[in-house]
Amino acid sequence: MILGYAGKFLEVNLSTGKIKEITLDDDVLKDYVGGRGLAAKILWDRLGSSWQKIDPLGPENVLLFLTGPLTGYFPGGRTCVSGKSPQCNGVVGSTVAGEFGVELRCAGYDGIIVTEEAKKPVYLLIKDSNVEIRSAEHIWGKDAKQTVKILTKECRELLKKRFPIYGEWKEPALLYIGQAGENKVRTAVVAAKWTHAAGYGGYGAVMGSKKLKAIAVKGTGPLPPVDNIEKIKRLIQIVNDNAYDNELWRRWGTGGGGYEFGARTSSEPIRNWQEEWHDEKSYGVDQFENKLWIKQSWSDFGCPTCCMKIAMVKNGKFKGAITDNPDYEMQAYLGTNLGIFVPEENVYLSTLADDLGLCGIQTGNVMGFVAELFQRKILTKEDLDGIEPKWGDAEAFANLIKKIAFREGIGDLLAEGTYRAALKIGKMKNVDVQQYAVQSKGISIGAHGIRSGKDFPESVSYAVGVQGGDHTSLTGLPLDARGSELGEILNDSAVFCNFNSFGLPRNLKFEFYTAVTGLKLTRKEWSKNQGLKILQLQRAELLLGGPDQVWDPKIHDVNPPRFYEPLPSGPYKGKKADKSEVEDYKRRYYRAAGWDRNGIPKTETLRKLRLQDVDRALKKLR
Amino acid sequence: MAKKKKEPIWIARELARCSGCRKCEIACSLFHENQIWPEASMIRVFMLVPGADFPHFCAQCQDYPCVESCPVKALSISKQTGAVLVDKVTCIACGKCIDACPGRIPHMHPKEKHIVICDLCNGDPQCVKVCREGGWNVLKTVSREDRSYKLYARMPEETARDLALKMYGEKTEEFI
Repeated sequence: MILGYAGKFLEVNLSTGKIKEITLDDDVLKDYVGGRGLAAKILWDRLGSSWQKIDPLGPENVLLFLTGPLTGYFPGGRTCVSGKSPQCNGVVGSTVAGEFGVELRCAGYDGIIVTEEAKKPVYLLIKDSNVEIRSAEHIWGKDAKQTVKILTKECRELLKKRFPIYGEWKEPALLYIGQAGENKVRTAVVAAKWTHAAGYGGYGAVMGSKKLKAIAVKGTGPLPPVDNIEKIKRLIQIVNDNAYDNELWRRWGTGGGGYEFGARTSSEPIRNWQEEWHDEKSYGVDQFENKLWIKQSWSDFGCPTCCMKIAMVKNGKFKGAITDNPDYEMQAYLGTNLGIFVPEENVYLSTLADDLGLCGIQTGNVMGFVAELFQRKILTKEDLDGIEPKWGDAEAFANLIKKIAFREGIGDLLAEGTYRAALKIGKMKNVDVQQYAVQSKGISIGAHGIRSGKDFPESVSYAVGVQGGDHTSLTGLPLDARGSELGEILNDSAVFCNFNSFGLPRNLKFEFYTAVTGLKLTRKEWSKNQGLKILQLQRAELLLGGPDQVWDPKIHDVNPPRFYEPLPSGPYKGKKADKSEVEDYKRRYYRAAGWDRNGIPKTETLRKLRLQDVDRALKKLR
Repeated sequence: MAKKKKEPIWIARELARCSGCRKCEIACSLFHENQIWPEASMIRVFMLVPGADFPHFCAQCQDYPCVESCPVKALSISKQTGAVLVDKVTCIACGKCIDACPGRIPHMHPKEKHIVICDLCNGDPQCVKVCREGGWNVLKTVSREDRSYKLYARMPEETARDLALKMYGEKTEEFI
């Protein structure tokens, strides 16, 4: 057994109610590490032979909750949620902050594998090796805050009853879905602590399709033993000290972005990306901080940064709205992208997304898309159940959010996410509306544009990334560079928060991995072997896709059309993505990644990485 | 360097500043167990309402009801620091000290058969170090005076409600 792992996975069949413990070979853990990498591998082993036929929202999909060897050790605990994605039909390693992964490891498990689906709503309660499937009928239909309240109380009472002389039980860590997940909305999240979410991937919908409302876990053991605890103590101190030095990062989190990425880098989505520049000082982080934040530092297990803040509207129409931050992505997608520049309105919409269990990025993306179609008179008030989504009208967007979460009326169509909604609306209206859809492979583009060239994504990041528009998995060349996807694959596979690694020496994560597992690993090795292997497997799963969508790199390895329109305003007015530059970069990227000129992983690349079965499966695409 | 406090000591606490980072649990369990082990930590962070996180740990009541309640005299008071010390061999894990504590603060060691109570790390509390290092300053070591420290031995539900009220006002009732 490799050090740093609990050594066991929990497999729960929701249809039969059978619960068992399984182990994975050391070689598998060495190659795929955990989290995102291991998700790609487990899913391939179980679904690979019929990948294209598997409906992500059907009973045959496998839903995964995985930790990695660094979870709980590297400051900033996260958990990786995965499965075949109902957004991109490939695999997304979607991570969520919180204590869940730590509790799970302390309970003796590296992950949970959920198969099939329950007949009636259920939740899982895990207390060390005691695992039970319990009825969730009393919480089905409840929002995030009510779900957390009821389950926290209920689980603590159960623990108290079963272990009466233990003392007071801390709350178990929870992962849950809101109503959006129950209704299989493709932009639904798996959430924690009211406001934290595994957003990209759409796994809230998968959880809902399995009628799994929540998982509660309490582990009373230590984190799994490691190779060199003294070294880990020193490494933790380095990570902490580095974060403590970064005052503005700690004070504002990404919240500084609401003004910054508009005014300075001109890369913020405004009115569905029709613009990327604004100079609205009303939207400065100081406005959020001074008027709305009721907690300056909120964090997850071991985190020295505390990028989370808690915001609450104390007066006016939206009084009582409570959410985190909002962080930059929320400020953008549930703010500027909808023409909203009022912090209170932004907090209100973020609260609704949290409560209903929706991804703020992707729901804000689809609402911006709809608002542009309304602006262009492609969709009318009648098409939208009487709602007029005018730019800046927070209440209209609030109505839309609710309709999406409950799949009511037009909400049913928008609940399919931007790409699929665009296909349907295009057919309905006989107009090509994909030109207004700002997404890549079914996943909305993160709130960082490429046109000004001043933000961190590169011109091909969204076009060729194996997680589509996911801005937390951007790529570029050289393949072993800090900005390549291989680095993100490491973070999401070892499962820790990359926000705590900014500014650290690049080899530190690898040293950390070695101190935990006792296995030697260098950056060079990672980018030639394990990291590259995970990248190829994710690429293959993405390209195989199906059943409702298949991505052909020749057609779909592209930027959203909007990025080829010149920026209409601001200091970078006129700038746009350059098609020939993108094509050239793409060719070089394909070459570096070992893909053929059509973007499909080459036989020799896959053979070298011992992925022969993947090679065989890709034959039909070549 | 902070000047060393005159012993015995006490850990003053400002719970509303707690970020919920649990670095105190990590530091405590690393010091006492040489492992990261949140449930074996002598200080435990509760989050009964999201955002209203707080550390729950011994307040060293002036009258030490836990020590009084122990049927086998496994608990004693450190003359040096004022901490409650657990004799792990004598302790029979009966839980009487939990019932005697106004805040039900002691809890069982998750693997061994004895109770867990803050021992003030022999006068140099590790939780205080990490909390101050990160600038949260929820915890601070002070010299122990003649005061009613029992005030801080509260039930987790009680503290959670107070902190939630401070943050969320009248909305609190929806969350608790």
